Amino acid sequence: MTPTSPSSTPRAIALQVLHKLGTALSVLIGAVTVAFFAQTALPGNRATAILNIRAGQAVQRTPEELAQINQQYGLERPLVVQYLDYLVGALRGDFGHSYQQYRPVAEIIGEQLGATVVLALTAIVIAWILMVVWVTLTAGRGPRVGAIGSLVDVTAAALPAYWLGIILLLVFALGLRLFPVIGGTGPAGLVLPALTLAIPLAGFLAQATRTEFERALDQPFVISARMRGQGDLGVRLGHVLRHAILPAITLTGWALGATLSGAVVVESIFSRPGIGQVLVTAVNSQDLPIVVGIVVLISAFYVLANLLVDIAYTIVDPRLKGAAS
Amino acid sequence: MTVMETSTTLDELDVLDIVDAESRPAPRLRVENLRVAFPNRAGPHQVVGGVSFDLARGECVAIVGESGSGKSVTARSLVGLTGRDAVVEADRLELHGRDTRTLSPRQWRHLRGKEVGFILQDALVSLDPLRAVGVEISEALRLHGWGNRASRATRVLELLTRVGVPLPGLRARQRPDQLSGGLRQRALIASAIALDPDVVIADEPTTALDVTVQAQVLDQLEAMKERGASVILISHDLAVVARLADHILVMRDGEVLEQGPAAQVLGAPRHEYTRTLIAAVPSDRTRGTSLSGVALPEQIAAPAARGTVLEARGLVKRFLTPDGLSTVAVDDVSFDLVAGETLGIVGESGSGKSTTARLALALSELDGGEVRLLGQPWSAIPERKRRRLRRRISVVYQDPLSSFDPRWTVERILLDALPADTARAARLPRVRELLAQVGLGEEALSRFPLTLSGGQRQRVAIARALAPRPAVIVLDEAVSALDVTIQAQILDLLVALQRSEGLSYLFISHDLGVISHLSDRVLVMKDGVVVESGPPDDIFLRPRHPYTQELVASIPDFDPKGIS
Repeated sequence: MTPTSPSSTPRAIALQVLHKLGTALSVLIGAVTVAFFAQTALPGNRATAILNIRAGQAVQRTPEELAQINQQYGLERPLVVQYLDYLVGALRGDFGHSYQQYRPVAEIIGEQLGATVVLALTAIVIAWILMVVWVTLTAGRGPRVGAIGSLVDVTAAALPAYWLGIILLLVFALGLRLFPVIGGTGPAGLVLPALTLAIPLAGFLAQATRTEFERALDQPFVISARMRGQGDLGVRLGHVLRHAILPAITLTGWALGATLSGAVVVESIFSRPGIGQVLVTAVNSQDLPIVVGIVVLISAFYVLANLLVDIAYTIVDPRLKGAAS
Repeated sequence: MTVMETSTTLDELDVLDIVDAESRPAPRLRVENLRVAFPNRAGPHQVVGGVSFDLARGECVAIVGESGSGKSVTARSLVGLTGRDAVVEADRLELHGRDTRTLSPRQWRHLRGKEVGFILQDALVSLDPLRAVGVEISEALRLHGWGNRASRATRVLELLTRVGVPLPGLRARQRPDQLSGGLRQRALIASAIALDPDVVIADEPTTALDVTVQAQVLDQLEAMKERGASVILISHDLAVVARLADHILVMRDGEVLEQGPAAQVLGAPRHEYTRTLIAAVPSDRTRGTSLSGVALPEQIAAPAARGTVLEARGLVKRFLTPDGLSTVAVDDVSFDLVAGETLGIVGESGSGKSTTARLALALSELDGGEVRLLGQPWSAIPERKRRRLRRRISVVYQDPLSSFDPRWTVERILLDALPADTARAARLPRVRELLAQVGLGEEALSRFPLTLSGGQRQRVAIARALAPRPAVIVLDEAVSALDVTIQAQILDLLVALQRSEGLSYLFISHDLGVISHLSDRVLVMKDGVVVESGPPDDIFLRPRHPYTQELVASIPDFDPKGIS
């Protein structure tokens, strides 16, 4: 984190990129491993479970029935071989077949992923807009405004998504009839679900940003800018904001993954398609390949988000470029 | 050139004023009975009470004072940036004959940067650390609608060239942290004078700068003055003020205690406080005398040890840069610290002086050479064996706050510093004795470091260093963060302790005045190498190495008796 010693030789940068990619890959392999062994650790015989899921009833199976399933899914092989087989498949994007739907996991997730990603990204963009406007207007304006600002931050951050979603639905869809009640994937159907995710997130981001914003407002360079004739808003937007958003960027990396896995509540309230719904169905029916597939996918998003955070960091604060982090 | 530059920013009113005035043009800035108060729980709290002065073309008015004197608040009030809730009142506050008390925020914005430039201390934080300096300079132009993108870029290069920045095209694209202290301070100046304001306010423009850089900045301010700009210089440093000021105001606790022509205030001060300030400035002329007016003990105690107490031979220390390359921070440094004496190590930032201090304390592993303490191996033995000798060498740092546990009282801090073998019954009496030695009363025992003043904290740090009865104390910039009168008291305390306890000091500082006041021998370091060493008179009066000559020439000459 030393500000003064940028190591920007091509070799150093190449090493850093390699290091980052290596870390990302090992995190993904770790996620696949944990998810795979977690499903084998479940009590009971897996072949029996698969048959029961398909039949929708829990009965004792004959060895002949089980042998067929064991053979079909390769369950008779040693666990290590199954694991390596799954790992190699996962690296190629093949997560096996759903027990229930008889289709490749990748295909099932792929159909639903788009809607959820659009929802998550829209929510994050809205959260940032809300946060920047709110913090810029209220931070560093004396104790009274500051207290109101913080109170709103905390309240927003503490709002439970299911409650907020229902309220928004009641007011704007059922009451004012501004938006459709049943979401669908169109832009109009996106607004309320995205707001449901965005408002608590904006509260979190604002809390983190507010502290830094007020710290930056006290810095001498703010006085210098004012002394040059820069106005208050100009200082806030042109200088202070950039210093204040680093913690919010870190949180956004986390939020990208968390919104994806937390989308389920919002998707059920607004009856939106998405992997949240798929996940809930799969968990309820013990369709483990899908559960594992989604878990790995969300870890992949976390890894991607962290890489993006690192890149965003060096763009916002070029002093960090090349500094060993 | 001069005429052009000033006339661009003079408005019509000024021209009329100049025509009207018979002998002297009207002052550019008139301040009469300026008062500033901040509200707190108990009601309005006055921080500036009645400042008055006029500022004419090409004139420099200096406001001198220690921290809390209200000098910076005064400066900010002049440009309407006193701060939220501040109540600013004045009988008269005029810039170019225009009353600034009634200006709207929008009118102020048009005025700042264009008619008044403002230079703050330490460009590392006074320029936006995330931006290239060229963008900052250009912002000053853009905000006042000067030129277009292309002409502003050209103007930025012109300005950087004018303040003496070489390779302006490259420097304009660099951030403050990528520039040296001198270059970034000059970039800060360029951003303040981008539109040739004819009033420039410089608030501690050289504080925290190395002495050679300070000299360059003062040259720049002097050049501005010669071009006809009026300068308000805010400083705690009388030597800096003496070089530029025509008129001086001395402030304390918001009150102007004395003001007048520079020669009179510095040469024949009328107020007691001004005399205290002037007497407190350390230099080679003050060696062996008291700076704060207390009586120093005659040399009575025999040195706590004999001969050479600390011996360094060929010290080398390398560090790895993030690139994986190695840089030499300390290169073949040797010295002897004689019992009862002070060895001063002086150098600018990055000279390796603090690394040398860590090596002397055996807190860093050496890459070459050896340190011996009291004639015994010191750096060459393992830490376990060093412990027995550790109590013979202590250290005091610049900022004691960060080396105290904030949850500990002074009593606990000092009890903790006593040697483990001190008898239980003797511990508290010894702590009281230590406090008395550093001039603190017993009421300090129950205080927490945060509730102490800077000077008191440094006294506790010295008491802690004295606790194990050392023979050697390493003082690393120990007085650098203190106000000049407090610094004088601490320096006097150090001299008194040296005489009564027979201590030896390894005194590290960037401040040549402090070094020349205190040292029996001086080591001048640059880039990890000792460039010159010898008695202070040789170093300061007959420097031989070109770098030492440059350093000594950079010291603002402050001889109050020579001024009058």
